[in-house]
Amino acid sequence: MLEIAQQQLLAPAGLELHHLDKVLDHLLSHQVDLADVYFQSSRLEAWTLEDGIVKEGSYNIEQGAGIRAISGEKTGFAYTDELFLPNLIEAADTARAIARSGQRGTVAIESRTARHQLYQPVNPLDSLTREEKISLLHDVEQEARHQDERVRQVIVSLVGAQDIVLVAASDGTMKADVRPLVRMNVHVIVEQAGRREQSSAGGGGRTRLDYFTEQQRGKQLAREAVRQALVNLEAVDAPAGQMPVVLGPGWPGVLLHEAVGHGLEGDFNRKGTSTFSGRLGEQVASPLCTVVDDGTLEGRRGSLNIDDEGTDTGYNVLIEKGILKGYMQDKHNASLMGVAPTGNGRRESYAHLPMPRMTNTYMLAGEHDREEIIASVDRGIYAVNFGGGQVDITSGKFVFSASEAYLIENGKVTVPVKGATLIGNGPDVMTKISMVGNDLQLDPGVGVCGKEGQSVPVGVGQPTLKIDQLTVGGTV
Amino acid sequence: MKGFDDKARLAHLQELIDVVLEEAKSRGASAAEVGAHSDIGLSATVRLGEPETVEHTRDNSLGISVYFGQRKGSASTSDLSSTAIRESVRAACDIARYTAEDEFAGLADPELLATEFPDLDLYHPWELSIDEALAISKECEAAALAMDPRISNSEGATLNTEAGVGVYGNSNGFNHGYPISRHSISCSVIAKQKDEMQRDYWYSTARHYEDLEPAVAVGERAARRTLDRLGARKLQTRQAPVIFRAELAAGLLRSFVSAIRGSALYRQATFLLDALDTQVFPEWVHIEENPYLPRGLASAPFDSEGVATRRRDLVSDGMLKSYVLGSYSARKLGLQTTGNAGGVRNLSIDMGDMDLQQLMREMGTGLVVTELMGQGVNTITGDYSRGAAGYWVENGEVAFPVEEITVAGNLRDMYRNLVAVGNDDNYSGSVRTGSWLIESMMIAGE
Repeated sequence: MLEIAQQQLLAPAGLELHHLDKVLDHLLSHQVDLADVYFQSSRLEAWTLEDGIVKEGSYNIEQGAGIRAISGEKTGFAYTDELFLPNLIEAADTARAIARSGQRGTVAIESRTARHQLYQPVNPLDSLTREEKISLLHDVEQEARHQDERVRQVIVSLVGAQDIVLVAASDGTMKADVRPLVRMNVHVIVEQAGRREQSSAGGGGRTRLDYFTEQQRGKQLAREAVRQALVNLEAVDAPAGQMPVVLGPGWPGVLLHEAVGHGLEGDFNRKGTSTFSGRLGEQVASPLCTVVDDGTLEGRRGSLNIDDEGTDTGYNVLIEKGILKGYMQDKHNASLMGVAPTGNGRRESYAHLPMPRMTNTYMLAGEHDREEIIASVDRGIYAVNFGGGQVDITSGKFVFSASEAYLIENGKVTVPVKGATLIGNGPDVMTKISMVGNDLQLDPGVGVCGKEGQSVPVGVGQPTLKIDQLTVGGTV
Repeated sequence: MKGFDDKARLAHLQELIDVVLEEAKSRGASAAEVGAHSDIGLSATVRLGEPETVEHTRDNSLGISVYFGQRKGSASTSDLSSTAIRESVRAACDIARYTAEDEFAGLADPELLATEFPDLDLYHPWELSIDEALAISKECEAAALAMDPRISNSEGATLNTEAGVGVYGNSNGFNHGYPISRHSISCSVIAKQKDEMQRDYWYSTARHYEDLEPAVAVGERAARRTLDRLGARKLQTRQAPVIFRAELAAGLLRSFVSAIRGSALYRQATFLLDALDTQVFPEWVHIEENPYLPRGLASAPFDSEGVATRRRDLVSDGMLKSYVLGSYSARKLGLQTTGNAGGVRNLSIDMGDMDLQQLMREMGTGLVVTELMGQGVNTITGDYSRGAAGYWVENGEVAFPVEEITVAGNLRDMYRNLVAVGNDDNYSGSVRTGSWLIESMMIAGE
């Protein structure tokens, strides 16, 4: 990894590793507790098929270096898209201005390899030829159109990206990572007797583009998108009010991301602004719940060999049998809270500051069969697909919006209902989880998490689970 | 933030665009277009009275689309070095060999390109030192913290200032740009009462720092909004009239624009399909777009294809009078572009006579929404279901704050059943409206 990073990032600008020492030394001539330099070079290629033709293709270059200096709770940050030494020194000058001058330090950075190799350092852009990419898009579109004559519109997109990063820090860190990421999305619009509905299905991970040709994964997405859209054609108005809600496995794990995930990020807890602040060791969920954030799953969208501060990612238990066990940390917040970083320091790009972020967040399996769980509900909602969610980490209120849901009546799934927003209070909802399924699934690889204006890819997952009472935002 | 030479940057980007267009031509492109921008900024955050972060931003980007006949390829780069730019042009040209012929693709019609470039007063850089920026943030946060002893914690206050230039050029001889500036002050604080913690924020943003709300006012408003949430409870599930406070009503206007956008129309993905010249709002509603507002946050003499923008009515007498189109969607629909490539520019709805208090009296008993959460807006069906917080009103007076509820309905009905628009457009933004009183919505709670 380091060789690739040196070759692609440093060599074109005439930089060598000892120059990084020099930049860090420059930063440390002020009273700085931690300083780092983050180099990034990304290439992204995207294709879109619509109206039966591949009408758009685009290629994106993003590269630069971000330089950060931390002194106590203060952070100075600057970046440059020109990677030459004088530009780096200038950015370092700007970043270190947050701290008083005076201290003198030298850094000996030492290159280490990451503990994990969760994905190959491939370039997804080259993993299929352009002809193969075009024909994949057409195959997927045809698959969608052949599903049903009510399909009116099919939009298929294919994205491949390679992200090469190198981080050097005043604590001696020197690590690199080469991160592939692919994604396919199928959006369909269906029509029946004047009623139109839409649906999307997507997937991907840190792998090559032929992931979508293998095992017909691309075509599977097409079938899934059409299936959901046709279900929506039959949907009746959703009910309004509090009722039991059964969440399907996989992507509905966005519940955990919103209800507990964000509230357990280290920065909010250091500042005491989260509803979970100061509650380590307390019961914050039903004893059936064990929730982890796991950056070490092979090839997953939210996985990383190292985080963006060079810390090895980990399998971090957040909640164990309902007891709050730990927060997710980056270096800065970990050091201020006197704990170890957990490999959750992430940033959107070199032009953004790192902060504690989730990787793949999921709940471990329980012991119930899905059928048993549904059979236990007299009247409620069974929600299996969701759009996005949002949380207010201070009050704990969170929402997530169902895009495929059904009524449960007398223990049976009956009619589909229109999309509705579900709202609850994180700590309260987690204590109302009364049954956990034995069918843990991870999402198909589509998650994007936004925090303070920064987007990063994440994963979620969960088994089927039952929440005794949640507010459903329907219209009847 | 000092040392931004807008004239030199503008000249540099315009030269760069000429080089890129030439390069595309030499690679065989029959047409090409380039958008580029370059800006610098400073962001200074103070938390609990101490400096927390100082960020210096410096963003560049260049995006190119090339056409080989009716085939199109695009590329963009954040790195404006000649190597990266050459790589981008080459990539765009390579891609265009693989995309399909699309009869609707291409540059905007040359006769629609802007020929006049009035000064819209958009550039007022703020020469602030880091210490001055931090002092403003500190003043803002201090005002919030001093409001009430229950304001117990803070996420800080931030002063942000940016100056930049944006340029668009194409192979029909268009190459124009202009400088812009943007400044903002924001503050977010936390109030505590027994076991309850609430957070809220406020911000102000403007082209000229003179037009910002004073730092102290931003802090005080953030604190007041936060305090107003304390003691919030749920509501019983019910049907009731709803007031969307002005800054949220602006979101309902944005949803309206999403539903009359060219891409939604040609995909037949909107509940306002074929709604031109039909009644969408009550008769008294008038909505216009004015791209020429001096110092306007979305003002621009031309759109992202170089097409001259125009002041025009989107809705008059409650009837939909115009769609929102760029060249591509216009051709797909057999219409002419409305100069809206890249979005609408300064939207406003005519405001009524009532302030918020009077609107509440008009409503009698119902809900005032002060926060919306989540997506929950389906443009194809108009179905609307979002998380909400606010306060319950009885007989025109605030009764108690509410939270953990949803409001749901259908946008088509919400627009048709708009009862009144207030005159309280007291927030920052390019979409201007007062609060909206909507006849009835479903509120889900306990």
